[in-house]
Amino acid sequence: MTPVRRRLADPTLVAIALALSLFGIAMVYSAGQTDVPTAVAKVYRQQIVWFVLGLTVAYAISRASVRFLDWVTVPAYASSLVLLFLLLFIGAGAGTAASTKSWLAIGGVRLGQPSELAKIAVVLMLARLLASRKTAPKSLIDLWQPALAVFVPWVLIMRQPDLGTGIVFVGIFFAMLFWAGASWQLLVLVASPVVSLVLAFSTGLWGAWFLVLIALVLWYKPYLLEGVVVVLANVVTGVVAPILWDRLNPYQQKRLLVFLDPSTDPQASGYHVIQSQVAIGSGGWLGKGFTQGSQKRLAFLPAQHTDFIFPVVGEELGFLGVTIALALFLFLLLRSVRIAARSADPFPSLVAFGLVSAWFVHIVVNIGMTLNLLPITGIPLPFFSYGGSFMLMCWLSVGMLGRISSEGRGPADTLVI
Amino acid sequence: MSFHPNDVQRRARLASAAIFLATVFLAGSFFRTQVLQHSQYALQSEENRLREVPLPAPRGVIYDRNGLILAENLPGYSVSLLAPGVDSLRAALQRLSGTIPLSPEQVNQAVRRFRRAPNRPAVIFPDASFDVVSVLEEHRVEFPGLIIQSSPKRYYPDGPAMAAFVGYTGEINEAELASPTFTGYKAGQQVGKDGLERQYEALLRGREGTRFVEVDARGRVVREAGARQDLRPEAAPPLYTNIDLDLQRFVVEIFGDSLVGGVVAMEPKTGAVLALHSAPTFDPNRFIGGIPADYWRALNEDGRRPLYNKAIKGTYAPASTWKLATAVMAIEQGLVALDDHMPVACAGGYQYGNRRFKCWDKKGHGNVTLAQAIEVSCDVYFYQLGLKIGLSRLVAGGIEMGARERSGIDLPSETRSLFPSAPAVEYYNRRFGARGWSNAVSLNLAIGQGENSQTVVNMARFYSALATDGRAAQPRIVRGEAVHVPMFRLESEQLDGVQKALAGVVQRGTAAASQLRGVMLAGKTGTAQNPHDPNRDHAWFVGFAPADDARIVVAVMLEFGLHGSRAARIASKIIEHYLRVRPEQALSTEGD
Repeated sequence: MTPVRRRLADPTLVAIALALSLFGIAMVYSAGQTDVPTAVAKVYRQQIVWFVLGLTVAYAISRASVRFLDWVTVPAYASSLVLLFLLLFIGAGAGTAASTKSWLAIGGVRLGQPSELAKIAVVLMLARLLASRKTAPKSLIDLWQPALAVFVPWVLIMRQPDLGTGIVFVGIFFAMLFWAGASWQLLVLVASPVVSLVLAFSTGLWGAWFLVLIALVLWYKPYLLEGVVVVLANVVTGVVAPILWDRLNPYQQKRLLVFLDPSTDPQASGYHVIQSQVAIGSGGWLGKGFTQGSQKRLAFLPAQHTDFIFPVVGEELGFLGVTIALALFLFLLLRSVRIAARSADPFPSLVAFGLVSAWFVHIVVNIGMTLNLLPITGIPLPFFSYGGSFMLMCWLSVGMLGRISSEGRGPADTLVI
Repeated sequence: MSFHPNDVQRRARLASAAIFLATVFLAGSFFRTQVLQHSQYALQSEENRLREVPLPAPRGVIYDRNGLILAENLPGYSVSLLAPGVDSLRAALQRLSGTIPLSPEQVNQAVRRFRRAPNRPAVIFPDASFDVVSVLEEHRVEFPGLIIQSSPKRYYPDGPAMAAFVGYTGEINEAELASPTFTGYKAGQQVGKDGLERQYEALLRGREGTRFVEVDARGRVVREAGARQDLRPEAAPPLYTNIDLDLQRFVVEIFGDSLVGGVVAMEPKTGAVLALHSAPTFDPNRFIGGIPADYWRALNEDGRRPLYNKAIKGTYAPASTWKLATAVMAIEQGLVALDDHMPVACAGGYQYGNRRFKCWDKKGHGNVTLAQAIEVSCDVYFYQLGLKIGLSRLVAGGIEMGARERSGIDLPSETRSLFPSAPAVEYYNRRFGARGWSNAVSLNLAIGQGENSQTVVNMARFYSALATDGRAAQPRIVRGEAVHVPMFRLESEQLDGVQKALAGVVQRGTAAASQLRGVMLAGKTGTAQNPHDPNRDHAWFVGFAPADDARIVVAVMLEFGLHGSRAARIASKIIEHYLRVRPEQALSTEGD
């Protein structure tokens, strides 16, 4: 290891993250440059403070060994659960999600969003549980501990309610199972009830899916009980749920939908997505110029400093800016996957991959939402969206990845991906 | 846990491939949106950001023949509001009414205008007073969507004097917007509503300009200028008319407020309309920017019907003025010459079948020639002449002289004159039933009564043929090529004779009180039976001067004018004013 490597854990990763952060801060600054008086005119200053704090945290965590992470897992997980539980009673809302309880606030001062901490805690906890196994999980019964470890905070977060973060948890769960060596068939079986629920609207599609599932069960030959449970779960979600759904009154249906996605009502979210697409599309090749986006300047773009910050990139810097941002994200993710692959031990490797998967879900869901490829779920874009806890979580991840990288085996560049 | 390096590398490769594909997919989606669909979204973004504020073009100035102004534009202001939706418009109007009182009608009107064109500013005050504008300017910051716009206001310096032909302008209405005549017009624009303004709308409108203002998502104006290059409005070129404003004013003055009727004065050779008036008149200036309800009601409740144009819309039995048509068709067909007598001399009436047709003069006119019969307007002579011509030729001849036509004056809504259609027998059968009429209708037709009802302007046109060469000139207000319509064909000696006989009417006959010194005035009086009130006949005079080389034709019709000689005096004054000659004071017999 070179001396540089020791001081600066994985300089490539840090360089990419720095580039993304500076890009992001520039966009938060631009988000505040509007022709209409806006509350976010000065938030870039706070974002810089959070960025500096994030750098400090990243440096600090990179000084701690992986063993420290192992040691801190259980306390971190436990305190996350406690915080999430407390939030249901004392949580505060903010911004577009004012009715939710995702903020920890004391005396009206919002301290942060514990769900960001919970993401890392869950990654650590899952890594610990999965790493402690001698073999890869083979059956559903093998998965009960990891499933429970994700399910409890997931329920608490969905009670806030915060659908977006809930999705991130699901993503982390599946990604880490994959990294732990779970076979794809097992992953499909675990995911199958959700697929059934999604396909339930079409009898034909669901029927086809159900046949595929039966074939899979017969081929994979899980325990009989498991097979029965999986098939029954699919029947319930695919057949019974729609029937029950139809028997609900419209207002009850709406209530359920609002429970699932409270932050936006359909009409308003439709408007937001259209304006987001107009902003992106009107950017063209090179964009309207930094801070010059009219959709943003004239307040057509909602939440331009948080959830919809990427359309500002698209509008002001055009396809060129978008490509640069996507390329940086791609480098970040691929570099992190390398770090995970290069790690000598299962625990840090799983931690690294868990952090990668959290970023990946954030990036894809957030950017996909701005182009109307995915429904609006309101989750932030790493390094770009304004928000203190999230910035800290991102840089905490960088610090952890850096440490894992420096403890990894062999030089990073030997691994070919 | 399977953590063999080979397994891990395989998974790392899978994961990397998934990440790479997802990124490429996202990049592809951005490429589609930003590059392939760029123009569509760029347009949408512009539509989001820009609102078009129309800049009205000044309408063409209308001049009389001497360069005096008939219609011009005064500086004016319109006040409008930009709003993203009806609700916010109502809210803004509500707030606005705290500063400037707004009637519920004005609020509804603004909302209606907004619904018609939501992307244009909804006009609240089409013609705001300076007071309103200065108050609003003061409070401008409180109303972010407010647009105060200079908007030229139409003005007729001699308003009431030209109400009969100039028309007025107003905001385009739904029906007009839907009609093909107004293709390309936008809601809220001012258009010509009547008269010349309507007739020459295409020439007078100019080209509307556009100012682009930048608005935010809530429709508030963020930037007033520089958002995009404004399109300057283009003023329309001026419109030159044949009207003689001096004569027009004089005509209006004569009619004053007491006489009711219509006048057309024109050049017989060219059809150039020198003056056109319908009395009583109204002020078209008050129609600009919305007719005040009380003014509208007052005009409609006036029994003299000021809004009913008596020069081009009202039709009246032409009475004795029509005798010239009868005379000319008889001469043309060689049935009679100007010095021919009729078998029965006038003794105050004529017995036809079991019915006696009276002459207007109970004393009778004796045995007169056609020329004398014209001078004294002898009904008995024309009864016999009508019988001699015969019904079908009377009708056919009348049609030949344009009795069923519009004069073709360049004004909208001219009424077509009424006259039997050919063949006459079929017409009368249709009208009265096969047994419901007799040949006696010929007697009435011959003296301009019966199924004959002419506009003043159409009579002026017919007399322009008498004053010249048998070809009538189509009346034209706006300068242009003269259009002639042949009406009859007479030898020039015959036409001279007819003109002399018409001069005789003024020298010795029924209009002798209207002689002018130094100029020979020719014309014919008429007293039309008023179907509504037998004691209040309509008075006609149609004439021209000088008799041998006419420079002006005047048709005057006075509702309830009682006797044609009164109309003759007015026509005489008009001609006198136009030709600048003094009247000759003379006593005369008053006759029809």
